[in-house]
Amino acid sequence: MSRIARTFEQLAAQGRSALIPFFTAGDPDPESAVPFMRAMVKGGADIIELGVPFSDPIADGPVIQRSSERALKHGVSLRRVIEMARTYRKEDQKTPLVLMGYANPIEQMGFEHFADTAKEAGVDGVLVVDYPPEECERLVEVLRSRDIDTIFLLSPTSTNERVEAVGKLASGYVYYVSLRGVTGAANIDTQDVAQHVERIRQHVSVPVGVGFGIRDGETAHVISKIADAVVIGSRIVLTIEESANGEAAVPRIEVLLREFREAMDRSQKTVSLGSGKTT
Amino acid sequence: MKIYDLPDARGHFGPYGGTFVAETLIAALDELRLNYLRLKDDPKFKEELAYELAHYVGRPSPIYFARRMTELAGGAQIFLKREDLNHTGAHKVNNTVGQAMVARHMGKPRIIAETGAGQHGVASATVAARYGMECVVYMGSEDVKRQAQNVYRMKLLGATVVPVESGSKTLKDALNEAMRDWVTNVQNTFYIIGTVAGPHPYPMMVRDFNSIVGKECLTQMPEMCGRQPDAVLACVGGGSNAMGIFHPYIPYEEVRLIGVEAGGEGIATGKHSASLSAGTPGVLHGNRTYLLQDENGQIIETHSVSAGLDYPGVGPEHAWLKDSGRAEYVNVTDDEALQAFHDLCRHEGIIPALESSHALAYAMKLAKEMRPDQIILVNLSGRGDKDMATVAERMGMTL
Ligand SMILES: Cc1ncc(COP(=O)(O)O)c(C=O)c1O
Repeated sequence: MSRIARTFEQLAAQGRSALIPFFTAGDPDPESAVPFMRAMVKGGADIIELGVPFSDPIADGPVIQRSSERALKHGVSLRRVIEMARTYRKEDQKTPLVLMGYANPIEQMGFEHFADTAKEAGVDGVLVVDYPPEECERLVEVLRSRDIDTIFLLSPTSTNERVEAVGKLASGYVYYVSLRGVTGAANIDTQDVAQHVERIRQHVSVPVGVGFGIRDGETAHVISKIADAVVIGSRIVLTIEESANGEAAVPRIEVLLREFREAMDRSQKTVSLGSGKTT
Repeated sequence: MKIYDLPDARGHFGPYGGTFVAETLIAALDELRLNYLRLKDDPKFKEELAYELAHYVGRPSPIYFARRMTELAGGAQIFLKREDLNHTGAHKVNNTVGQAMVARHMGKPRIIAETGAGQHGVASATVAARYGMECVVYMGSEDVKRQAQNVYRMKLLGATVVPVESGSKTLKDALNEAMRDWVTNVQNTFYIIGTVAGPHPYPMMVRDFNSIVGKECLTQMPEMCGRQPDAVLACVGGGSNAMGIFHPYIPYEEVRLIGVEAGGEGIATGKHSASLSAGTPGVLHGNRTYLLQDENGQIIETHSVSAGLDYPGVGPEHAWLKDSGRAEYVNVTDDEALQAFHDLCRHEGIIPALESSHALAYAMKLAKEMRPDQIILVNLSGRGDKDMATVAERMGMTL
């Protein structure tokens, strides 16, 4: 069983949802990545999404765009992000690590070489924003043969047919993007999310995470009762941006994660986790 | 004649093209594709489009025999397809009229566009005014500074110009920002992409709207000189004017198709925009194509004296035409393009766009190697009024 599947299984047994923080690896500098991951896990993170900086982050709002630019100033590449994962993996064999980014750096590295390097470094999942299911069957195959999960996005406008197609390829979890727009846009409508998550569960057997637009404990609390995972992105990246430097951001990240964790764990969930189906 | 029917149903030209976008955009692209496929063969839509092209754009554009340029080169005969005579002064309007009409049929009251030099922005603002639509144009803040005149033209036409501060603050970043706007406002917004790039169906749709250029040539050339040309030349930025004139000629295998990229200060200097000549395949802006990128897959900054060619990618159909060998791609430097610019001004009384001057520069070289009974047809994609400040500056003057 993959590290991601095991994590969801354990959480399900406890009736809890996964807390998945996202940050752009290499922001504000490459040295901060490992201390950030450490702080996130201390604060209660279950899985970490490492953003791979790209020159043209077309699906991201201004906050994550700026973080990408800061990381690129330090020359942070996909290879470098995999190295960060490798370093962190030495001290934590439990927390799943997911690389999230755009297609071109992977295309340039080559699928096989990328998958081998990532696997060997201890990466568990890959989410490529601009590879919809119809364009990435080969990558999924290459990753699957190395036991790396491919995580897909789903949106409010995904038809049932598409949700089903994603369900066939996805492993680990699927990531429901709750907004029509880019990362960090407006606040989300939790009722709308509940309906869509329900719909997704009818076609997808892996756990369903929700992200884009969750920035306070209250929303995280509500979403954690609906979904199997809560992804927090722009709110963390903003905290990093507002800190004087990487070192100063470390304790703030831990505090922020703990806030989300406590809000999410406040009361038992009413839906079962992991199985992907409501009871 | 071989049958050529690309792209396939999912927008692929061999390994290129496709739909490399986030899930959030898929529904919008599906909606666009289905509407376009329905409209393109609809007799009423075709009639409306033909009317607009005739009465608003001023089509057909003539073909002109450049006698004195031919003498200057001393070889093959050089003919010019006069897209510079269109309303707004370039081929870009063929596409914006078409897409704005699709937008109208889809009931979208707001259009957005990206622009580099401002030509596509002006052509979009123009049709928005014509059809009474709201228009927002994204433009890199560097380009806003460099192209002040076109910014003012867009404002006169009623458009809002939004300077883009992200990334390299140029065309590719303007395209990113327009995509972000579209994914957020897709319910009331139509995104008019300005070249044969982007996710499916854009490369196909923009090509189709511009292929009126090549279709006219197919009938005009035999009327003028009794036969089709030996070579068809066009400059390649994103590649829309080139696809427009190439596409109808693809089955005519005896006609050479030559795309001319911006060699900038020379390929060896790294300061150029020649994606096909010097790039490698990758994924950007929703499609797989040749890109100028570093070893880590980050897109690198480009250079050309002509802002309209200053783009790190190229339409996926050109990538396919290159690999399949049906078209050839070459490049000329800034200096060579400027020489051709001045030559055309002085010898024919036509001020060409700096973009088009690239095609012309290569035509002059090629003509010398060809016989006087041979024929070169150059797509003169636009007029050079917009380039006065750039050319003056290169000559050490300020206007
Ligand atoms: C006159 C002219 N020609 C050519 C181009 C390049 O675009 P494309 O390669 O899509 O024809 C531009 C772009 O602004 C232009 O204004």
